Amino acid sequence: MASQADYKDRQFLAVIGDEDSVTGLLLAGIGHVTSPPDNQKNFLVVDNKTENSAIEAAFENFTTERKDIGIVLINQHIADRIRYRIDTYIQAFPTVLEIPSKDHPYDPEKDSVLRRVRRLFGE
Amino acid sequence: MSGAADREAVFPTRQSLGIMKAKLKGAETGHSLLKRKSEALTKRFREITRRIDEAKRKMGRVMQIASLSLAEVTYAVGGNIGYQIQESAKSARFRIRAKQENVSGVLLPAFESYQTEGNNDFAMTGLGKGGQQVQRCRETYARAVEALVELASLQTAFVILDEVIKVVNRRVNAIEHVIIPRTENTIKYINSELDELDREEFYRLKKVAGKKQRDTAEQDAEMKARKEAQAAAAANEEKQASASAADDVPADLLAAEEDEDVIF
Repeated sequence: MASQADYKDRQFLAVIGDEDSVTGLLLAGIGHVTSPPDNQKNFLVVDNKTENSAIEAAFENFTTERKDIGIVLINQHIADRIRYRIDTYIQAFPTVLEIPSKDHPYDPEKDSVLRRVRRLFGE
Repeated sequence: MSGAADREAVFPTRQSLGIMKAKLKGAETGHSLLKRKSEALTKRFREITRRIDEAKRKMGRVMQIASLSLAEVTYAVGGNIGYQIQESAKSARFRIRAKQENVSGVLLPAFESYQTEGNNDFAMTGLGKGGQQVQRCRETYARAVEALVELASLQTAFVILDEVIKVVNRRVNAIEHVIIPRTENTIKYINSELDELDREEFYRLKKVAGKKQRDTAEQDAEMKARKEAQAAAAANEEKQASASAADDVPADLLAAEEDEDVIF
């Protein structure tokens, strides 16, 4: 069972997404930058030039290292680039949520959680 | 699996029989309780999976609307505001709080979103033009994020429940297919051993009784023989006596007068 004690101080959302998604979500007010010495952002803008290793590092940072993030939002087409990491990520905290982006419509078949849902329903 | 060998290592005594019976009863109670728990969780789980399915579809629509409103902003502001927004993000206005819900002993966390008052990182965004669109876009995105947070808590509950249900089902199956048959086997084994002991004991007692009977019979016979011998001896003596007496008797009877006079 996932440790149920450490969810108390998780109060932020994190985003890994393309520019438009990140902009929109920041406009909603989820952006947070930690106080000066580290200046850690809770969002990562990914474009065609971003390396997969950078995405992975950010994912790793948001899911394992930072203890104040409760939900990680990631664009589905970006999740596809590090699919094996998403599929092997089974912890309950923080929650990883795949979201659609403007250019890439949402495909329920690729979502790691929805696939489990479908498997359970025997489809 | 459920061979005669599959039993616990106990001595076949009445005490361990009692322990095993108590254990079997406990296992059956536990099994029915766990089964009920698993059913309650599964019910909840199915509900959550259905809601996840719905929420994911809804999320697709909400995000589409949000993207459209962002496109409006871009059009109205007349340039890309992404960089500006990324730079001016300082402190989260939109935060989440986790609370717990108890479903038959399993703590399911649920996220709840709330907005902190009075910090606005984007006060200057769209100041020149498109301020209204920016405002509307913010509201749209805030609603979208709320939907996302709801979905996220459903998903968290899904992951935790999935795990817990697996554990509970494993326990139910372990009790049903391993512990109960093994305990029953042990009870059967103890019972058969006790029966065996009983038969042995009975046979032994019979033997002892037989031996005793034989002994008494022997003693009786001896006694009888002795008595007979005694009786015979007595009879013999008597006979001898009577024989000698018989010799005398006629003489006695006849020669009674010939007896010497008793002199006092």
